Amino acid sequence: MDIARETLNIVVVGHVDHGKSTVIGRLLYDTKSLPEGAIEKVKRISREKGKPFEYAYLLDAFEEEQKQGITIDTTRLQFQTAKRDYVIIDAPGHKEFLKNMISGAASAEAALLIIDAQEGIQEQSRRHGYILSLLGIQKVYVLVNKMDLIDYSRDKFNQIKQEMNDFLHNLGVYPLKYIPVAAFFGENIAHPSDKMPWYQGESLLTAIDLFEKEQGLENKPLRFPIQDVYKFDSRRIIAGRIETGTLQVGDEILISPSNKVTKVKSIEYWADRDKRQSVSAGMSVGITVEDEFFNQRGEFISHVHNAPFSADTFKINLFWMGRQALVKNREYKLKLATQEVECEILSIVKVVDATTLAAAENAERVKTNDVAEVVLRSKKKICFDEFKNNQHTGRFVIVDGYDVSGGGIISGLVEQIQTTGKFVKHELEMAVNCFDEYFFVRAEGAVKRAAGRARVFHIGDILPAVGKTYEYPADFDVWDSQANLVAKIRKTKLQDLVPWREYQYEAVPLLDTYGAAILIESAADLAKLKGELDLGAEPDKEHPPVPADKWFKFTQYRNIGYTDTDLTAACEYHI
Amino acid sequence: MDHLDRLEAQSIFILREAYKKFGKLGMLWSIGKDSTVLLWLAKKAFFGHCPFPLIHVDTTYKIPEMITFRDRVAKEYNLDLIVHINEEALQEGMGPEKGRLVCCKALKTDGLQQVVTKYEFEGLILGIRRDEEGSRSKERVFSERNKDSEWDYTNQPPELWDQFKTDFPKGNHIRVHPILHWNEIDIWSYIAREKIPLVDLYFAKNGKRYRSLGCAPCTGQIESTATSVEEIIEELKNTTVSERAGRAQDQEDSYAMQKLRKDGYM
Repeated sequence: MDIARETLNIVVVGHVDHGKSTVIGRLLYDTKSLPEGAIEKVKRISREKGKPFEYAYLLDAFEEEQKQGITIDTTRLQFQTAKRDYVIIDAPGHKEFLKNMISGAASAEAALLIIDAQEGIQEQSRRHGYILSLLGIQKVYVLVNKMDLIDYSRDKFNQIKQEMNDFLHNLGVYPLKYIPVAAFFGENIAHPSDKMPWYQGESLLTAIDLFEKEQGLENKPLRFPIQDVYKFDSRRIIAGRIETGTLQVGDEILISPSNKVTKVKSIEYWADRDKRQSVSAGMSVGITVEDEFFNQRGEFISHVHNAPFSADTFKINLFWMGRQALVKNREYKLKLATQEVECEILSIVKVVDATTLAAAENAERVKTNDVAEVVLRSKKKICFDEFKNNQHTGRFVIVDGYDVSGGGIISGLVEQIQTTGKFVKHELEMAVNCFDEYFFVRAEGAVKRAAGRARVFHIGDILPAVGKTYEYPADFDVWDSQANLVAKIRKTKLQDLVPWREYQYEAVPLLDTYGAAILIESAADLAKLKGELDLGAEPDKEHPPVPADKWFKFTQYRNIGYTDTDLTAACEYHI
Repeated sequence: MDHLDRLEAQSIFILREAYKKFGKLGMLWSIGKDSTVLLWLAKKAFFGHCPFPLIHVDTTYKIPEMITFRDRVAKEYNLDLIVHINEEALQEGMGPEKGRLVCCKALKTDGLQQVVTKYEFEGLILGIRRDEEGSRSKERVFSERNKDSEWDYTNQPPELWDQFKTDFPKGNHIRVHPILHWNEIDIWSYIAREKIPLVDLYFAKNGKRYRSLGCAPCTGQIESTATSVEEIIEELKNTTVSERAGRAQDQEDSYAMQKLRKDGYM
């Protein structure tokens, strides 16, 4: 074997019974990648079960899978073309085995999405498409299978192609190819089909060699999460895997989040052939450093410039696989690279139906197989990157009890975070952004919100009523339309939180949680506003059905600052 | 990094995760090529040390050369070696003539279970590979077993982005599989590259060699003239016979391995 060959991991996904295992089975059969006896064993099993021969049995090794004709768990199989080696990952199509599908897909670099030509696009076709987009898998071919059932019709193929393209484009997934196949008969699998002369493209076998492998992880900023620290002998070795970037002996390094700077003294090894002065992405290494600080698992080593984020609050996209729903006010464990930390859900921004892309904005919980946008807070600061900048350090899992129950990616920077301050009275809480600052950022030509330091204010606390870009009076009230609470501020102290329905006009200005003035000047105005709200039976929390320009004025107590470069210079960030 | 570098780096990462996560950790060593490669990888992961005991579940039916090799390497590497024999079963006359699957269950599966209970292992490192057979192809890298070592294979946990299952109730244990992603030729190529010492049984004598090692009564030889690692690699490239074809217990039933492994077999 030529060990310089590359390996590509491809996952095969799609709705149940659309033929994922059959595509793989036939591909392996046609390329003679199966061990002697494998086909005979499957034929024997088919006979014993009194069922027709299925290529899928080659992969569905469990007795339960063969008896029921379904794939329960993911299988990995290796095969080769002249160009390179492949690991083909077969993923189950049943909704109830979604966690197994995700386990398979998470390690893939490319995907084949199989759609039954006769049944067309089904629930799991869409959900799997969504999961691919969340996992960051951009290299996708769509295989329209069982073309024999629609008489190899070009029109039906084009119709499915158009429909699936529309759906996937909304997710930012742009399939590179659509291939019509009849996997059971081997049409367009290893050889071009003569049943579909209208199709000018490649057969599957030729097409997979055209997937381009991601290159260049070693040129990205250095991310070396500490896995463990060893002291087996006189050496104190910091061990771990370099996720991205390159590290050399003598490099000045930063250890986050503890913010310590030192230099790499040596790269350690046992076997002579592993002796080197430079290590890079993908390698499991051990180093010693010049200053022997206390280091621990979870810390990130980077270069002094290009450090990762360190924060405890961030916006994420996640898929939930837990038996119990994901809820607020419950403690979970977050695992990101080698870090483990307790965390909780601050807010559920929206829950998305992965099959229709419809978003539920008032969701209280994220149920099994849901996809959601969530704001998460960890008990202590962790290191990470945004997923779009670094997949390896921008993704994580959530453990509920004993079980890995969710996975996700970090999407959010600070200006998207909703909650930066909080008013609290016993069990009552309201989130406020009225102490955040707004700037026109010249470099971006846009107004941006810079969140202030996250602070919790209790009854009697003095509030920062005057900021760089706002100035509130000593007495005012703040209405939170989500929590249906009003906060009373008197002499710049937080005096009370009262329910909205009990709130009486006290001749002081009323603001919303962003600090915009609500234009009421009398008890009659307040009654009118309440009346307009009551017209809608259930107020939509994200967008109260109140005409904004009639009742709200943003610049009454606020103005917009002006900044040259970016917001970090203008304001202290929470992150 | 070439293909073998990538396999090696991933295995070392897994070994280090296991060592960090499990206070009571042991590694099964069957004296065969796979677990001997695993031992080599552990020495690399821990810079010349092997910071956990090796366990050999001895059925007393092993091929004698295996035991000689075991004791020699254990001494050379200064290994902490636990050899366990299911004495009770042997006293009651257990052997392959009672039925191959019954014998495997008693001397290997139950023997292993006794070790886990006796030493209260939370983690066991095993050298199985996905390409060996069907039920192994569906395994997780960190795979939970309950207190009776049973495997709930229809409800395996999600395993993504190298975030492994490390939370579990007391009494259960995790089977750790650091070379799950290697195939047979990878193993031999790595042995060649690293010059890893192996038991002689793999090399042909009088036109025959062992391709997979187990107990003497249930392990057959293959026709072969391969007397060096390089010749073995060349031979494997040109064969379509499966690796475990010489292992009699696998052929007892269409789902023999699944059934054995559900009960805690390696």
